[in-house]
Amino acid sequence: MEIADILIKFGLIIVIFLISLVVAMYSTYAERKVAAFFQDRVGPNRAGPWGILQPLADGGKMFLKEEIIPTNATPFLFIVGPSLAILTACIGSAVIPWGQNIVIAGKTIPLQVTDINVGILYIFGVVSLGVYGVMIGGWASNNKYSLLGAIRAASQNISYEISMGLSIIALLLVTHTLSLGEIAQQQHGWHWNVIYQPVGFILFLICAFAETNRTPFDLPECETELVGGYHTEYSSMKLGFYLFAEYINMFISSAVMVTLYWGSYNYPGMDYMNGLLGPTWGPLLGFAVMFFKVLLFIFFFMWVRWTIPRFRYDQLMDLGWKVLIPLAIANIVITACVITFL
Amino acid sequence: MSTFYFIAFLSIFFSILVISAKNPVHSILYLILTFFTFTVHYILMNAQFLAIVNFIVYMGAILVLFLYTLMLINLNKESEPVKPFMVKLAAVVGAGILLVALVSSLKIANHASDPLVLKNPNLGLVKNLGKVLFKEFLLPFEVSSVLLLSAMVGAVLLATKDKKEPKATI
Repeated sequence: MEIADILIKFGLIIVIFLISLVVAMYSTYAERKVAAFFQDRVGPNRAGPWGILQPLADGGKMFLKEEIIPTNATPFLFIVGPSLAILTACIGSAVIPWGQNIVIAGKTIPLQVTDINVGILYIFGVVSLGVYGVMIGGWASNNKYSLLGAIRAASQNISYEISMGLSIIALLLVTHTLSLGEIAQQQHGWHWNVIYQPVGFILFLICAFAETNRTPFDLPECETELVGGYHTEYSSMKLGFYLFAEYINMFISSAVMVTLYWGSYNYPGMDYMNGLLGPTWGPLLGFAVMFFKVLLFIFFFMWVRWTIPRFRYDQLMDLGWKVLIPLAIANIVITACVITFL
Repeated sequence: MSTFYFIAFLSIFFSILVISAKNPVHSILYLILTFFTFTVHYILMNAQFLAIVNFIVYMGAILVLFLYTLMLINLNKESEPVKPFMVKLAAVVGAGILLVALVSSLKIANHASDPLVLKNPNLGLVKNLGKVLFKEFLLPFEVSSVLLLSAMVGAVLLATKDKKEPKATI
């Protein structure tokens, strides 16, 4: 690899990180505005015009608050918890294809950091690792509520990972590849996977809600029962990291859903537009389309949060084990039969 | 090669920490790190699929469950059973004999047959691995899946309550 290639990769990684962080930052603002809209309120409107500077004010406050480590906590693991949460949230974006190859100044640049041939499994691994941040933080706090939140997070993640994996298997039967770059290419134009795998998509969507601990699956931080759940003892930026990790997870899981099921950067009539705009602006339009789809999904996450109340814990487990897993297995069997016999 | 030795050193270092850590939760965390070094070993051997499966299954699922149970039962010094000296001695002797048996079997295997795995450097990629598993090693593959199934059936059988008992209410 030449030094220029390494610099380009480095730049791409920085840009993707910045985009994830800015999207996560403004998701907190959007969430409050959406909540206000749903509840017929105004929402944050003091910092800057329409409250647009609110996330900066929140971030500044988080950094300047006093750092507290409880006396009976395990200090090292108490810090490792939120760090791990934010780390696993950020590394998921490495395999997502953000657009077609783009030509800038005669150089072809792939808009994907790395196209490993087990891309889907990598995402899956990162997701399954994400629960450690919550578990370690909850345990190290040495608080009963935190521990209960951590334990809930662990069992919830394990349960929903199974149906998530099974729904992906049905998708793989259709795509014949594990590489996310190839899956994105296959959905050229309007051949989006959601047309072939509607049930798989719904299963994946439900599991994504459960894995990101969003309402109606936010039992690890259920404030009506557990004070603050796993982050009861956390303050200042360590709490900020936990909250931030949730929003980054939301962004990444939206991007994964768009890539796997909703056609990634593809849109009907993209060949015509690419011919019209040329090899530099065409892929950028594709990126904009993908970004728009991702934002729609983030809005959907918020829409659900302010519409559907939280599950009870036994309902959560019943849904995971008795509804989603049999449905996912049936989906695999039917998909396999259709592919084999038709 | 030096990468291999570094990672191998890390594996052994973390596994020693697993058994020497006083706190059971800490030793599970070291075990997670040990399995992570195994994942790196697989990547070094160009077995990407095995690496990521090891990552998902061991680090992402089994050890989460380990951690979960340990957090629930909350082991500490007071509840830890003190084992008699003879039991400890028997464990050391047994483990030593197992080590000797393993080393000798590996030594014999090295001379008797050259392993099939090393013939194709790309065996670890998904497509090649799938073909090998479903063509050449179909029988062992299916038998091991039956073994896993029987373990699962056994667990369900042990966990089911007698019908005479009143149903638990949540």
